Amino acid sequence: MTGAQVVLDGRAVLRGTDLAVTPGEVVAVTGANGSGKSTLVRALLGLVPLTAGQTLLYGSPPARFRQWHRVGYVPQRLAVGGGVPATVSEIVTSGRVARQRRLRRTSAADREAVARALRAVDLFDRAGDPVQSLSGGQQQRVLIARALAGEPDVFVMDEPMAGVDAESQRLLAGTLAALAEEGRTVVLVLHESGPLAPVLTRRVVVRDGRAEDADGVAGAAAIGRSGEGAEGGIVDELSGRPGENAGNGQALTPVRGRP
Amino acid sequence: MIELLRLEFFQLALVAALLVGLCAPAVGTFVVQRKLSLLGDGIGHVALTGVALGFLTSTEPVVTAVIVAVAGAVAIELVRARGRTSGDVALALLFYGGIAGGVMLMAVAPGGANGKLTSYLFGAIASVKPQDIWIIGGLAVAVIGVVAVFGRELFVLCQDEDLAKASGLPVRLLSLVLAVTAALTVVIAMRVVGLLLVSALMVIPVATSQQLTRGFRSTMVLSMGLGVLAAVGGLLVSTASPKIPPGASIVLLGLAGYVLALGIGRFVRGARPREST
Repeated sequence: MTGAQVVLDGRAVLRGTDLAVTPGEVVAVTGANGSGKSTLVRALLGLVPLTAGQTLLYGSPPARFRQWHRVGYVPQRLAVGGGVPATVSEIVTSGRVARQRRLRRTSAADREAVARALRAVDLFDRAGDPVQSLSGGQQQRVLIARALAGEPDVFVMDEPMAGVDAESQRLLAGTLAALAEEGRTVVLVLHESGPLAPVLTRRVVVRDGRAEDADGVAGAAAIGRSGEGAEGGIVDELSGRPGENAGNGQALTPVRGRP
Repeated sequence: MIELLRLEFFQLALVAALLVGLCAPAVGTFVVQRKLSLLGDGIGHVALTGVALGFLTSTEPVVTAVIVAVAGAVAIELVRARGRTSGDVALALLFYGGIAGGVMLMAVAPGGANGKLTSYLFGAIASVKPQDIWIIGGLAVAVIGVVAVFGRELFVLCQDEDLAKASGLPVRLLSLVLAVTAALTVVIAMRVVGLLLVSALMVIPVATSQQLTRGFRSTMVLSMGLGVLAAVGGLLVSTASPKIPPGASIVLLGLAGYVLALGIGRFVRGARPREST
């Protein structure tokens, strides 16, 4: 992400944010309430349109990115929608959608991945229950299982620990540690690191619409890599030249979304 | 009942009711989950102009209704996708225009009296002609086909639009597909329950079955069953006492089912162990 600016409802939420994530990192995005942490990670994925700057996923802007199966998004909370019930396994299976072909039925591999994901978050025996009947912490685990089911390379999680009971927190920390060990990349919004502290490889603070390294190094450029090639690996390319790509950024088709 | 089945008009009406009962709740499940319960109403209003255009140009009203309803659905979806607050008003304006346009065109159409409009507004299942059945059947196949082909992606879209985007799904295309499918459903249901009650058949069976089910798929399947029950039941009521328009009896039957399911749902859920939320 380079010089990213996001304006929501007339308020500049991100003002030239730079952030680069390299494979294998476990990055915590922290910051005060309303500092734009969520907006930052949503903008990374192109869920919020940028007014300037650009964001690259493995070298492509979100609108042209085709390898969505490599990305697992965990939203802040389970969307309720119009109240039609859905079972835990239906929700978790939907995490496979980027890997599935239209007209192709759910395969044995899909079911296998879903079962593995459910076991990882200890909800296998709840597979047939409606998600609406689960507690907040359990719903959070369902969302993580949904991302796990897609077997992505990078996880983007928006406050996976919010409103989660101690037991679920421990479970999540264990799951994340396992992911980190496998070399997966994780970007997660956190209010406090808590039980996740040992797993994290880096902390970024969002302040005044900019991302700073937790040590206070402005611009976060210091922790990026010097290499700027668009080739594989890097989730969000950082060049440390804020604003320079503004023209490019406008070339991105903003994805319409409601904040 | 057996005698009735020998009558051609009843056979046609029964087929129409079956198709509508199946299609409307299938699409309705997605529409309800996407919080677009009023989409059907909106399209219904716009489709009225289509019907009147049919009379004006002496084309089959069902055909013109399909064209105008699909155009209306696309317009609604574009406004919705673009819109924040102003979208709401824009939609309302479109709906008023649809009804007013329909009444106006109907009045000037040769041989079109506003009396005929009533049969489209409230349904006239007994007047379904064989060629209507072909059109309705074709549309029904299209609707069920869309649900079968796009069902999985539509589920993700309706569940969580952000996730759909982050899964690389063609969100805009899928939204349009859903809107167009809803428009086709409206036209199918137009002859059976009427344009003003179309959306009832998309929403009520879904609202009813979600009281009883645990999953999305089961909700859809049960609501399709309930839709067929309501449509055929209402048809029978109206055949027994022809004064009652079928649209009204179908919708009222559906609502009665909803109230019943509400009670059963309470009972069933009360028996289950409570979860802390």
